Amino acid sequence: MDWVVKFARSSIGAKAVVALTGAGLVGFVVAHLLGNLQLFAGPEQFNNYAHGLKSLGPLLWAARLGLLGMFVLHIGMAIRLQSMNKAARPVSYQSKKAQASTLASRSMLLGGVTLLLFVLFHLAHYTLGVVDPQFLEYKTAEGWHDAYKMTVIGFQSAPVAGLYIAAMAGLAMHLGHGVSSMFQTLGLNHPRYRPLIRGIGPALAALIFLGFVSIPIAVQLGIISLQGGA
Amino acid sequence: MNLTLNVWRQKGPDDPGRMVTYSANNISPDMSFLEMLDVVNEQLEEKGEEPIAFDHDCREGICGMCSMMINGVPHGPDRGITTCQVHMRRFNDGDTLWIEPWRATAFPVIKDLVVQRGAFDRIIQAGGYISVKTGGAPDGNAIPITKTQADKSMDAAACIGCGACVAACPNASAMLFVAAKASQFAHLPQGQPERYRRAKRMVDQMDEEGFGNCTNHYECEAACPKEISVENITLLNRDYIRANLTGVE
Ligand code: HEM
Ligand code: FES
Repeated sequence: MDWVVKFARSSIGAKAVVALTGAGLVGFVVAHLLGNLQLFAGPEQFNNYAHGLKSLGPLLWAARLGLLGMFVLHIGMAIRLQSMNKAARPVSYQSKKAQASTLASRSMLLGGVTLLLFVLFHLAHYTLGVVDPQFLEYKTAEGWHDAYKMTVIGFQSAPVAGLYIAAMAGLAMHLGHGVSSMFQTLGLNHPRYRPLIRGIGPALAALIFLGFVSIPIAVQLGIISLQGGA
Repeated sequence: MNLTLNVWRQKGPDDPGRMVTYSANNISPDMSFLEMLDVVNEQLEEKGEEPIAFDHDCREGICGMCSMMINGVPHGPDRGITTCQVHMRRFNDGDTLWIEPWRATAFPVIKDLVVQRGAFDRIIQAGGYISVKTGGAPDGNAIPITKTQADKSMDAAACIGCGACVAACPNASAMLFVAAKASQFAHLPQGQPERYRRAKRMVDQMDEEGFGNCTNHYECEAACPKEISVENITLLNRDYIRANLTGVE
């Protein structure tokens, strides 16, 4: 196992860890989005889905631990890489022109840290009920947790909806560069596919952004309400 | 033409250094950038001041010695050329130019615009070669190579080791240099026996020298005077990962 540690300590190895855990996190984000979009199908469908997830028991905990592991590795390695990069250029230029990099590529760390803060808020908001302890008390007729009601009431607050939308813009920036970058980091690129791989990050990021923000927007517009979905 | 130059002056490795403003007057638009600096230096010497130190040798874009940031871009504003190939007609009368050395921990400033690029030599020594047996000269056409592979190898081999990739990279990463030097061999049959070992050793040496890591900004490709593609970095990533997964020493 010595070689694993050595590999992960190398620049390319550490980047491969960031890319692989990034891919795993993207998988989670997409699955989470598909789950959330069921809000549009109304309370019954959504609460069934939420109850189904909660009933997974040990599987749910395995998934949560896996996610936590990926998150910790992703952030840990990314921060380590970034601090090495800062150390590699201690004196900056008086004049420096960007010719190829983008705002997204230059703000991966800032975007990442913003995402981390958002994830903490998000967990406190909907999973732990810190923002409003009432949230965890809502019950359906079956006696399950009424996740539908919780989500809708949560997003009826305009500042909360705005915060989520802003955070999703941050996520989209992160993924716009990150997803395309991931292929290059893992050595999966070729001149023939370069335009495709360049485009896939921004395209996926845009889809994920639109998917997620459709929910707070629909709640704010009353398209999704306590009475039901669209 | 008359120009204002902001030039990095630093007496030696331990001097903190600073930007100094000079005026360059009566510059012919037909001069090369280095000739313009020669004129400025003559004027400085006439005044008894220390001339601006800068690296140069061939002055025709093939040796890779010249190395300076001109207005925030390595080798100046035009793509695919070195500083010595920049002509003053590229600028306008009255322009202000910012001239700085490459900035990287692995490239310490020796004096003014001259940096120590020995780190590149150590990366080459670590693996940037092929081993050949001595003996009778082999027949040049004995080993078949496809045109595509030969072209890719030659494109990578165009690297003159100037360090513009490091200078341009927001992370001061040397990945484009290392990738070019590894893939010029990785594309050829003669490079196969040491291919994965080469990738491993060169990258490990690169890390040791204190270069940053590639985060795929692709500034290097835009700055490279030989327009070397980041496709070479893809190949290096793949070979390095494979070398580690399969335990190549
Ligand atoms: C939902 C959560 C997240 C997802 C889906 C995600 C996804 C990704 C992906 C796909 C990459 C590209 C990897 C590569 O360039 O090969 C990446 C890079 C990066 N991520 Fe994340 N990430 C997430 C959260 C975070 C967080 C919370 C942080 C930091 C606090 C972070 C920091 C970074 C940094 C700094 C990079 C750039 C690494 C580099 O190129 O050196 N990410 N992320
Ligand atoms: S002096 Fe040789 S490349 Fe410029």
